[in-house]
Amino acid sequence: MDKVSIVLVSHSYDIVKGLKSLLNQVQPDVSIAIAGGDGGGIGTSAPAILEAIESVYTEKGVVVLFDLGSALLNTEMAMEMLGEERRIKIADAPLIEGAYAGVVEAGFGHSLEEVVYACEHAKDVQKINR
Amino acid sequence: MKLTIERAKQWMRKYNEQIQEQKTYLTELDQAIGDGDHGLNMARGFEEVIKKIESTNYTSLDALFKDVAMTLISKVGGASGPLYGTAFLRFATSLKSEKEADRTNLAEGLNAALEGIKVRGKAHAGDKTMIDVWEPVVNYVRTESVITGRKLAQLAKEKMEETKDMEAKMGRASYLGKRSIGYIDPGAASSYLLFASLADCFEKGELQ
Repeated sequence: MDKVSIVLVSHSYDIVKGLKSLLNQVQPDVSIAIAGGDGGGIGTSAPAILEAIESVYTEKGVVVLFDLGSALLNTEMAMEMLGEERRIKIADAPLIEGAYAGVVEAGFGHSLEEVVYACEHAKDVQKINR
Repeated sequence: MKLTIERAKQWMRKYNEQIQEQKTYLTELDQAIGDGDHGLNMARGFEEVIKKIESTNYTSLDALFKDVAMTLISKVGGASGPLYGTAFLRFATSLKSEKEADRTNLAEGLNAALEGIKVRGKAHAGDKTMIDVWEPVVNYVRTESVITGRKLAQLAKEKMEETKDMEAKMGRASYLGKRSIGYIDPGAASSYLLFASLADCFEKGELQ
């Protein structure tokens, strides 16, 4: 069965490159694409995000996670360029914990909505039990 | 005057000159309250815009401004790429495939661009952003019966300067809270230059 794919967007290529390796180890069966940096430097780029989404797009859907501020603007721009009929959702989640939760959920073959929920729920998980 | 294809190119050329001249200043503004790349990003983007439009023969305004938009979206990082990119894309769509735009078309086009900026950036007037220049300028072009370049540039300048006393509500600057007061918003500054360049293109200083 098809699985939801994940796209990681960061201002830094190294951040998403490292995160992708981590996630591949956790769940190698989920397709993950990255869009990091802007023309070799720090930043985000709508065409790079668009390309990343296209590269792992399935009918089951794609969830996009991002790091900071303008990464969101560029992701929304890329989605607008792809057209409204696509099954793509942006998760309002911390990049690392959210992607970790998302890749596990996607690995079970769950729906796009369930994967987004898992990503976003990661925000509420306490890392230290005090 | 009408906005013809040649005049639209002239507008972009003038704006590029302004951006190249002021890139250090814009970057300094952004270093104070943002992430310090606005001038450099805009300079790189508009250098590419000029390359693109000078090497293409256009038969309609929308084709020209669509190229401006796509170049900015692909070449300008940070928030300014998608914001200016969206603005020019909406501007192009509003002008359709016309060869020239009169004052009404221009006012509608600028308004569509402003709406695009608002949707993309989710900001409102008073948030200390480019909207604080765009909104009053667009309202001026839409409502006054005689538009002069001098007044347009003057209004844009005043509105840019007013962002100095505002507290930022959007973007990186908003993390600074009250410490953002005392600095002109970099997006407002580059927007002022955009309208000042447009004003420069008016024949005899008047747009009819």
